[in-house]
Amino acid sequence: MTRAINILTLVVLLAVFAVLVPYTGSFGILLSTRILVFAILAMSLDILLGYTGLASMGHAAYLGIGAYLAAILASKYHFGLDWTFWLVVVFGTLLGAAAAAFFGLFAIRATGVYFIMITLALSQCVWGLAYRWNSLTGGDNGINILRRPSVGIQLSNNVTFFYLVLAFFAASLLILYVLVRSPFGRSLKGIREREVRMGILGYNVWLHKYIAFVIAGGFGGLAGVLWAHTNGIVTPEDVNITTSVDALLVVVLGGAGTLVGSLIGSAVVLVLREYLSALVPWWQYVLGAVYVLTIFYLPTGLMGISKRIRQILAKSSKESVALLPSGPLGSTGR
Amino acid sequence: MDANFWIIQIFNGVSYGALLFLVGSGLSLIFGVMRIVNLAHGSYFILGGYIAISVIATTGSWVLSVPVAALAVAILGLLMERVFLRPLGFDPLRQVLLTVGFSFIFQQAALDIWGGNNMDIAPPAVLKNSILVGGVYLPAYRIFMIALAAAIGLVLWLFLEKTRIGAAVRATVDDAQMARGIGIDTNRISMFIFALGASLAAIGGVIGGAFLGIYPGLDFEVLPVAFAVVIIGGMGSLGGAAIGALLVGIADDFGRALFPELAYFSLYAPMVVMLAVKPTGLFGRD
Repeated sequence: MTRAINILTLVVLLAVFAVLVPYTGSFGILLSTRILVFAILAMSLDILLGYTGLASMGHAAYLGIGAYLAAILASKYHFGLDWTFWLVVVFGTLLGAAAAAFFGLFAIRATGVYFIMITLALSQCVWGLAYRWNSLTGGDNGINILRRPSVGIQLSNNVTFFYLVLAFFAASLLILYVLVRSPFGRSLKGIREREVRMGILGYNVWLHKYIAFVIAGGFGGLAGVLWAHTNGIVTPEDVNITTSVDALLVVVLGGAGTLVGSLIGSAVVLVLREYLSALVPWWQYVLGAVYVLTIFYLPTGLMGISKRIRQILAKSSKESVALLPSGPLGSTGR
Repeated sequence: MDANFWIIQIFNGVSYGALLFLVGSGLSLIFGVMRIVNLAHGSYFILGGYIAISVIATTGSWVLSVPVAALAVAILGLLMERVFLRPLGFDPLRQVLLTVGFSFIFQQAALDIWGGNNMDIAPPAVLKNSILVGGVYLPAYRIFMIALAAAIGLVLWLFLEKTRIGAAVRATVDDAQMARGIGIDTNRISMFIFALGASLAAIGGVIGGAFLGIYPGLDFEVLPVAFAVVIIGGMGSLGGAAIGALLVGIADDFGRALFPELAYFSLYAPMVVMLAVKPTGLFGRD
């Protein structure tokens, strides 16, 4: 019953969001679009971090791969600017998944801090190519995409493009939601909680992790294609450590293992980065403080606040032992 | 490409490696002793450089700027470790996010104090000359860098291998629980190593500032290279950091000279392979 209410609340909130955004001016519309795209990236990371317990510090790689694919095809071959845009969306997703399938061969065996390091190294490889392979990627300057595609409807209109991205977000959320509630998703949670036991029970732990890694890469690539067309420019900045770490923060801040938390986290981080930075020169203090405070005071993220309050209330009124928050941040027993 | 080309490239690579050793050895020791993934290490580097610039501007002494920068950043690192990292416990993800948050705060502070321009650290005039070695002119400053890194490396090695505290540090790297069990105060060892690692990065910033310059964003450029050094050498090993720094320095230099379009790729791909084949690095132990 509560699940139905939760889903209904989410649908209503998204609908309200969809109705209100067009009235926020061009800056607001573009910012909202970017928030949605980054939320898709963060949700795909949440599959790894929140559901499988894999802290990937290189998720910007897939954003970059999708974005550079879209930008290179558009600027060099004028491909993907009409109905072929849909093909680019498919290619971007597939290329993200293919990259993850290759990277996963190296990364999945590693655990803990070594997994963090190897995903960092892999994304640095992608960053290195983006930064130095001038003839393909434009190097430091990046690639400009002169106009958005026109797929029967004109996507150069910011409001239209916003609705397209919202549709992609909703579809990604739905697919990933079905995925995490499937038997496969349950097995991922099992691996997050007790990897060794899942292995003993006969689950192929490596393969489960690998498939989750590939799926996350695919959605990361999708986010990349949309990211390129949202901004109209792709630069090595989109692939650097800061972007990867931002994605991690978005997941943790929103609430790891909740999917929708990514949207809230993405809103907070991008409003700080885009809106506050235009307002005050000292915005990075706030961003840094959000990182530090999240780690100390919001281990279950913003989505976990109501649950924690309920726990605290239950504890003080009945003196009963409240369940500790579980998840990658709650359980440190490794 | 004659012999001179190769000599100069190797020399440049080794001198860059000398700088990387200063940054990487600190990062490696911190990880080895405390299992902390410190993403603020690039900030220590850049803050060291900035503090040196201020010291030189006020006193005019480059020689004085090195210890002042090292000490100031050591205190900063110490505070971070005591107040924030220690209560956090061992969880790589939370350490990563916390230290990144700090690096953003340091970035903003540096921007407010020193501005956003590319600044230079001028070394003493003696080091600005070139010296003729075997028919090739080599810049004295780079020779000095190699000598300094070698000297610091030697002192660190003597300290770790020949002193009582050094033995306690090595014991903590190998097995912290056991070390505690036999009465080593690992808490104080951690504190000391964190300060030492931070000050090594700061010295790197002062030394490296003369040919890299000091500018916003340098912190996140140095950081992944330092991690490459640590991973290739093996976390927690001083000798590993030295070999790793040399390999990365030379690989980076040859990459830039021979196939510039793949320069950074050729730096990080070996890091990936090392992690996949031997995660503990060349000299690390489990």
